[in-house]
Amino acid sequence: MNDTATAIRITPRDFSDLSVTSDTGPGAIEIRNLDFFYGKGHALKGVNMSVPAKCVTAIIGPSGCGKSTLLRTINRIYELYPEQFATGEIVLDNRNVLDRRYPLSDLRRLVGMVFQKPTPFPSSIRANVAFALSYYEKLSKSELNDRIEAALRQAALWDEVKDKLNQSALGLSGGQQQRLCIARTIAVRPEILLLDEATSALDPISTAKIEELIHELRAQFTIVTVTHNMQQAARISQRTAFFHLGELVEFGKTSDMFTNPHEQRTKDYITGRFG
Amino acid sequence: MQQTREHTLKAFDEDLERLRALISQMGGLAEHAIGEAMRCLVQRDVDGALKVVQDDKKLDILEEETERQAVQVIALRAPMASDLRDVVAALKISSVVERIGDYAKNIAKRVPMLENVGKIEPLSVLPEMARIATGMVHDVLDAFVDRDAEAAVRVCQRDSAVDDFYDSIFRALLTHMMENPQNIGPSAHLLFVAKNLERVGDHATNIAEMVYYAATGLHMTDRPGKSESDD
Repeated sequence: MNDTATAIRITPRDFSDLSVTSDTGPGAIEIRNLDFFYGKGHALKGVNMSVPAKCVTAIIGPSGCGKSTLLRTINRIYELYPEQFATGEIVLDNRNVLDRRYPLSDLRRLVGMVFQKPTPFPSSIRANVAFALSYYEKLSKSELNDRIEAALRQAALWDEVKDKLNQSALGLSGGQQQRLCIARTIAVRPEILLLDEATSALDPISTAKIEELIHELRAQFTIVTVTHNMQQAARISQRTAFFHLGELVEFGKTSDMFTNPHEQRTKDYITGRFG
Repeated sequence: MQQTREHTLKAFDEDLERLRALISQMGGLAEHAIGEAMRCLVQRDVDGALKVVQDDKKLDILEEETERQAVQVIALRAPMASDLRDVVAALKISSVVERIGDYAKNIAKRVPMLENVGKIEPLSVLPEMARIATGMVHDVLDAFVDRDAEAAVRVCQRDSAVDDFYDSIFRALLTHMMENPQNIGPSAHLLFVAKNLERVGDHATNIAEMVYYAATGLHMTDRPGKSESDD
């Protein structure tokens, strides 16, 4: 074990007091000795962490600390760029998803991702949700409609769009578009939801709606969210991981991390004394 | 466990500094009030005692100001971790210090009742008890300002001396009352004074526990290396 790994507090202490149904069951993410490289740039260094299932884990840290890189690694989106590569293991359901033999389409079904800016397809609201559903599953028209409705309801968007499902998604507000992206993502019933600054481009009310949505969704999904907003991390997550310069500095219960962090770097960062 | 590094946002440091200054100011006033009340008691200075009673209002005003400042820091700065613990501690400590001021006022109010009473021997011991109790208040508030958990522990350890004084004065006053039944009234007043001072020591101990938690994030009872006899 290297220095970084020994510095990390991933002691699985007392997970029982949170409403975490299972730490290691479906949806749990086991990250082992993960290193990530942008060509020669070493962006993640020896990361070891166990992300528990069905709970919200917030990743915080200053710009360039590797938090978005971690999300990009979990769903292997980095493979689009030939000079980027990861070593180590990310284990979902007992399989290492970094293994190139792990089919990317399976991984994308298992792991959904929502980005900072809403990215609806330039088509109807219905088509946005139906797209991945039709790709992954053979559904009758009525089944498809049911699944679309269910996904939109889960994303707390149904009441606002039920009368205009065939209208363009681009006509929705930014907050609605982001909830549509979440609906689109959860429609295929993934186990893991990755949110990369999913509310940073939204107004406070839309942000509150998404936060409420995250709270609802954590009963069904493992949610990993990257945020620059520490108050948001404190509000919505049960676990918080602090990254700095590509290292996982500290990982623990959110309530501990924001009241009594152990590592000096974490203390300095969350109290606004960094740098 | 001292915070050495400044916040990136300097105004945040200034807000926290102001909160600490308010607590220091309250502590100074409370300490002075107890000392003055005891001096007035010993010297039978009724006018001085009246001033102690009137000056207690200053502590009430400062407590309100501390509360306002703490709420404002929480609302505007969203303090985290040690900062949050500091603000919460300041909020709690201010109400305890205000209470200590009330004890000073209570002692001062008894001065007129003892004005024409002759010598009661245990009275000569009370100022020393007061010195220890106010010394605890002084040191524990210094510990808060310095975020010094160890100093807070040392303050707690001094509380037993105050308790011993109280037990001794209690026994001495009972004996005095039996031997001098005409002095039962004034002696009972002195018993209350002794009790008030004993409570000041207890409050200093409570503040020490708050300081320890603010500085370390641990409760004093959970501190490393603590022995059972420390409680």
